[in-house]
Amino acid sequence: MTKLPLEGVRVTAIPVVFAGPFATMLLADLGAEVILVESVHHFPPVTRGYLPRPPQALVPTTGATFGGTGGIQTYVDHCAGDRPWDRFVMFHALGRNKSSCCIDLTRPQGVEVFKRLIKVSDVFFESNAPATMEKLGLTYDVLRDVKPDIIYLSMPGLGCSGPHKYCSLFGAQLQALAGHTWLTRYPDLDYTTTQSLLFHCDASSGATAAFAVLCALRYRKRTGKGQFIDLAQIETVIPHLGEAIMDYTMNGRVQEPIGNRHPSMAPHGVYRCRGEDRWVVISVSSDEEWQGLCRALGNPPWASEERFSTSKGRLENQDELDKYIEEWTCCHDNYEVMYILQKEGVAAGPVIDQRDAYHDAQLQCRGFFEVVSHREAGTHLYPGMLYKMGKTPLSIRKPPPCLGEHNDYVFKDVIGMSDDEIAELEKEQIIGGDEYLIESIF
Amino acid sequence: MPDQALSDVKVLDLTWHIAGPYCTKLLAGYGAEVIKVEKPGEGDPTRRMGPFFKDDPHPEKSGLFLHLNTNKKGITLNLKSATGKKILKELVSNVDILVESFSPRVMPSLGLDYQTLEQINPKLVMVSISNFGQSGPYRDFKASEIVEYAMGGAMYSTGIADREPLKLGGNVTQYQAGTVAAVATMGALYSAECQEAGQHVDVSIMETQAGSADRRIIYLLGYACAGVLTTRWPPPREAVRMVILPQGVYPCKDGFINTLSLPQWWPRYLNAMGMPELKDDPRFQNIFSAEAGLEFDAIWYSWLADHTKEELFEIFLEAKIASAPVNSPEDVLKYPHLKERQYFTEIDHPETGKVVYPGAPFKMTETPSQAMQPAPLLGQHNEEIYCKLLGYRREDLVKLRESGVI
Repeated sequence: MTKLPLEGVRVTAIPVVFAGPFATMLLADLGAEVILVESVHHFPPVTRGYLPRPPQALVPTTGATFGGTGGIQTYVDHCAGDRPWDRFVMFHALGRNKSSCCIDLTRPQGVEVFKRLIKVSDVFFESNAPATMEKLGLTYDVLRDVKPDIIYLSMPGLGCSGPHKYCSLFGAQLQALAGHTWLTRYPDLDYTTTQSLLFHCDASSGATAAFAVLCALRYRKRTGKGQFIDLAQIETVIPHLGEAIMDYTMNGRVQEPIGNRHPSMAPHGVYRCRGEDRWVVISVSSDEEWQGLCRALGNPPWASEERFSTSKGRLENQDELDKYIEEWTCCHDNYEVMYILQKEGVAAGPVIDQRDAYHDAQLQCRGFFEVVSHREAGTHLYPGMLYKMGKTPLSIRKPPPCLGEHNDYVFKDVIGMSDDEIAELEKEQIIGGDEYLIESIF
Repeated sequence: MPDQALSDVKVLDLTWHIAGPYCTKLLAGYGAEVIKVEKPGEGDPTRRMGPFFKDDPHPEKSGLFLHLNTNKKGITLNLKSATGKKILKELVSNVDILVESFSPRVMPSLGLDYQTLEQINPKLVMVSISNFGQSGPYRDFKASEIVEYAMGGAMYSTGIADREPLKLGGNVTQYQAGTVAAVATMGALYSAECQEAGQHVDVSIMETQAGSADRRIIYLLGYACAGVLTTRWPPPREAVRMVILPQGVYPCKDGFINTLSLPQWWPRYLNAMGMPELKDDPRFQNIFSAEAGLEFDAIWYSWLADHTKEELFEIFLEAKIASAPVNSPEDVLKYPHLKERQYFTEIDHPETGKVVYPGAPFKMTETPSQAMQPAPLLGQHNEEIYCKLLGYRREDLVKLRESGVI
C-alpha cells in the first residue's frame, strides 16, 4: 500500500495547550493534512509559550526551575531567541506533521478566508476556551452552510451543554473534578503534594477526540453526512476511572488513594536502587511470581517465613516485605533488577527518566525516537509514533511548523487565492505573517 | 436500532484485562458489533477482579468487567483445540477487525498469526496490543499498571521532591493504551476500506505512554532539545514559583481545590478574593518574585480556609479562573453539570439489576448514543453467533460444549 491511512483528508484546526494539539497530532501521524490556523495578533496561552517574548530570566535552565515547572516551559537550548514561539519545546513535541498559516479571525475579511479554507476541508477541530467560536461567529451552523458535510469537533473541558458549559478549565482541574486527583497521592500525605504537572485528562481527551473524528469520518464515508461532535474532556477521563466509579455506584464505597500499592497484589511498589534518585517498580500478582521473586533474590531466609507464603499474608505484612526487598534492590542498578526479576517471570521495571528513555534498549530497538531537523530549533531526536502499522508505516514526515510557515501553500495552493488578493490581505495584516505582533498578554 | 457511526463494522475481540477491552468498548459504544471471545469456563480474568457488586466475588458481578465490556456480545471458544481454531478462522472471515491482547508469542503459537489470517480475510485489520510490542528485547517481559507507568510514562516526574516516584491512581495507563489502540484501529480500518487491504497494527503500551502521557512527551523532547531532566517538584509552600499566583492543590475549609494560573490573571484573583486593594500593595508590585509569592501565600491560605470547595468553585468560575474542587468519586456522581448532560447511564444487568455506569465519552449529533447494553454473561451469545452467523445447528453446539470447545 502506498497511501497513508488518512491521506487526502484535510483537517483545519485551532488547537491549544495539550489535548487538542495531541489529538490533531494523532490525525496528522495517520496522514491527514492538518492545517493549524494561527494568528499573529493573538497569542494563545500555553501553546507556543507562556509569553510571546519571555525575558531571559523567565526561560528555565533546568527542570527544577520555577518550582519544578521548568520542564514544561523549556525552550530549545534554553534560549528563546528572536522567534521564541518557534523554539518552544511543548509546541514541538506535538507539532509534527502539521502545517501552519496565519489568519486574523477577528476581522470579517479573515473570516471569509477561513470559510474558503473550510470549503476545502473535511474536518474542523478546535479546543479553545468555550464560546471562542461563538464570539468569532464560527459555530457549526455557520460552517455547515459553507461546507454541508463538514465534521466539526469542539472539546471544551466541560462540553457544549450544561450549566458549566462556559467554564474554562485546564486538564489539571478537569481531572480534579473527575476524581482522578482524588486517587493519586501518597497515602501518608495530603493532596497538596499531588500537584505534579502530569495531567492524564489531557492525554485521555486528546486520544478520545482523535477517535471521535475517525468515527465521524467513517460515518461520512458511508452516508455522506458530516456532523458536530461535543466532547467534554472530563467525560473522557471518567471512564478511565471505571473501577472507582463502579465501586461507588455498586457499593456506595468511596475508594481512597493507595499510592503505589495495589488492592490485591503484594509486593507492589517502587523500591530504591543503587545511584541517586534511581528506582525500580515490582509487582507480584500470584504465588508463582512470588516464588520467582524469592528465587531471583537467592531464597533469603525471610522469604520462607510463613507469613509471606500466601497473597493474603503478603498483603497484611507488606511493610516488612517492602523493607526486605529494598535492602536487596538498594545494592543493584534498576535496569539490572529488571533483568534479574524478569528472568524469573516477575513483572519489574526501572522508573525511566528522560535520559534513560533515549538509551532504553526496547525503545531503541523499535526505533521509537526519530531524527527531526527544524529550521529554528536545529536537529534533535523526537519521541515518535505511538504504534506501528505493518503496511502503511507512520513516521515524522515533517517537523513542527514555524508560525505561518505554510502561508503561501495554504492561501495559494489550498484555497486558490490570487497573488493580488493575497498581497492585499497581507498588507492589511489579515492573513500571513510569521511573528507575533503583540508584546504582552497582560 | 438507529444508525450509529460504526453500525456496519464487525469486530472480533480476543482481548482481556483492561487495555484491549477498553479499545473494543469504544468501538462497541459507537455502534460496532463486537464479538468478545472468552475462554470456556473461566472467561476474562477481569471477571475475577474487583470491585464486585455488593462485594460478592461472582464472575458475573465484577464492576471492572461490567464497565469494560458494555455493548459487546460474548461467546466462549477454546482457541487451543483444533475445532476452536477452525471456528475462529470462520469468524475471522466474517469480521472487519480483530483485536487481541495476548502476550506476543500466543497468536503465532496458535497458528493464528497475521500472515495466516490475512489469507482468510485480506481486508482484515488485526490489532495486537501488548506490554512492550511484538518485537524487541522486552517483548516477552511481564508488566502491570505500575510497570508500564514507570517505564513508558512519567512516573519519574510524578510526586514530590525527596520522596519516591508516585504512580497515578487507578489503571489509567492501560485505559490510555486502549484509547490510543482505538485510534490506530480506526485509522487502519479507514485505510483498509480505501485501499482494499488490511494490515497488522502493533500497539505497545510502553510506547503509547512514551508518546502520549501528558507531559511525558514534552519532558522527553525537553531532554533532547535542552538537556532538561524533569524530576519531581517541591510541595507548594516550599516552591519557588514563577509567579506569585497559586499553582497546584491547596487546602480549603472542607477539602482541597486545584488551581492553575496564568500571569495575567493576578487581577482576577484579587477580585475573586474581594481584595482588589492588594493590587497597589507595595509587597506585590513584582509578581514574578518568590518573596512576593510567600507573602501572598499567607493571605491566600487563610482566605481559602474560610471557604468550602463548592463555594470556591463558584467564586472562581465567576472570576474566570481555572480552579476546581478535588472531587471524590461520590462528588463526581453528584456533580450537577454532568447530571444535566445526562452523562452517567443506568444499565440493567441480569445479575446486578440496575447500576449506574460512566457514559459515552463524546456525543455525535447525527448518531446520538443509544441506551447502553450490559456486558455479556459468559457465553451469552453462543447460539446467536454460532448458529445465526456461522450456520451451526443447535446439536452442534451441544457437541462443541461436550468437547470443551465452547
